[in-house]
Amino acid sequence: MIVTPLQEHIMSDSLHADFSFSELFEHTHDSRDLDLPFIGHVHLPHFDPVHIGGMTIDFSVTKHVVFLWVAALLLFVTVVAAARKNRASKVPSGLGNLVEVVVVFIRDEIVVPNMGPGGIRYLPYLLTTFFFILLMNLLGMIPYGATPTGNVSVTAGLAVIAFIMIQYSAIRAQGFGHYLAHLTGGVHWALWPIMLPIEILGLFTKPFALCIRLFANMTGGHLVIVSLLGLIFLFKTYFIVPVPILFVLGINMLELLVAFLQAYIFTMLTSLFMGLGMQAGHVEAGEHDHSS
Amino acid sequence: MEALGLGYLAAGLGAALTVIGAGLGIGKLAAAAMEASGRQPEAAGAIRTSMIIAAALIEGATFFALVICIILATNKPTP
Repeated sequence: MIVTPLQEHIMSDSLHADFSFSELFEHTHDSRDLDLPFIGHVHLPHFDPVHIGGMTIDFSVTKHVVFLWVAALLLFVTVVAAARKNRASKVPSGLGNLVEVVVVFIRDEIVVPNMGPGGIRYLPYLLTTFFFILLMNLLGMIPYGATPTGNVSVTAGLAVIAFIMIQYSAIRAQGFGHYLAHLTGGVHWALWPIMLPIEILGLFTKPFALCIRLFANMTGGHLVIVSLLGLIFLFKTYFIVPVPILFVLGINMLELLVAFLQAYIFTMLTSLFMGLGMQAGHVEAGEHDHSS
Repeated sequence: MEALGLGYLAAGLGAALTVIGAGLGIGKLAAAAMEASGRQPEAAGAIRTSMIIAAALIEGATFFALVICIILATNKPTP
């Protein structure tokens, strides 16, 4: 844990000797230990870093990796149960109804307006993105939970997959030749040395923005909550407790909204970029407006 | 002034200026959305959706600056 010199100075003061910043901030950072409700501290398996090519990769299991698996397992179980329920009867009910509402919302408000009818092909990927990010964001709201999307590596992985899907959908819709032609922007060939680096850079900035937006939103919210709770420790009195708790209640409500919103924004922007790539080849593609 | 102290000062000032920019931008956006909804209440749903999307994009730019401020504030000095 990074402790700044200012914090070290505070901690060395006898008045604040029992107050530790690092324990508070560990709730937002990744760690090699897992904190379970009744079992206590669990040390996760630690593997030595593996050297592949020139890189050193650490495959050991950390807290965020465990919660990634928990989110994936929850997602799989929930969606399979909902699909089974919907397959059994014509009228959806219960869990099937709940999942279907969200699926229909994503299909009719995000995929079809942005990508046209041909976007239904990519609906499974976008639905997975939405539900996975939503589950990961919400896992951080329960006690003893951690937010995998608060780890920049996780959001970078999601952004890399989004980048691959955006290029794949563009190449598939236009053909590789047209896709490369659009990178030049239709200018005179003498301007290509200027256009090509800018266009290629533009390809990378959009997924990079997706990564940073999701990471900063999730981490920022939890940092604020942890800092407000730290006020209780800083004042060292029980009389101050209702004030930070009320603030934290408000911020938690905001965090719930931000969890849903960020999952929606990630999915919507990915489908928007895919739609832009797919439509670049067909100028007369009409957009169906489903706003109601 | 010590270099580290300037770093903390920069982090605080940067965060404040970022929030000013974000507040101004999203405030203008919300004002336009309110006015448009007032003119045509039937379009309020579509306007609300577009407003939320634009607000999230503006906030995305804000968070770039926030991340840089956090890096400045948690910088470990080399001896």
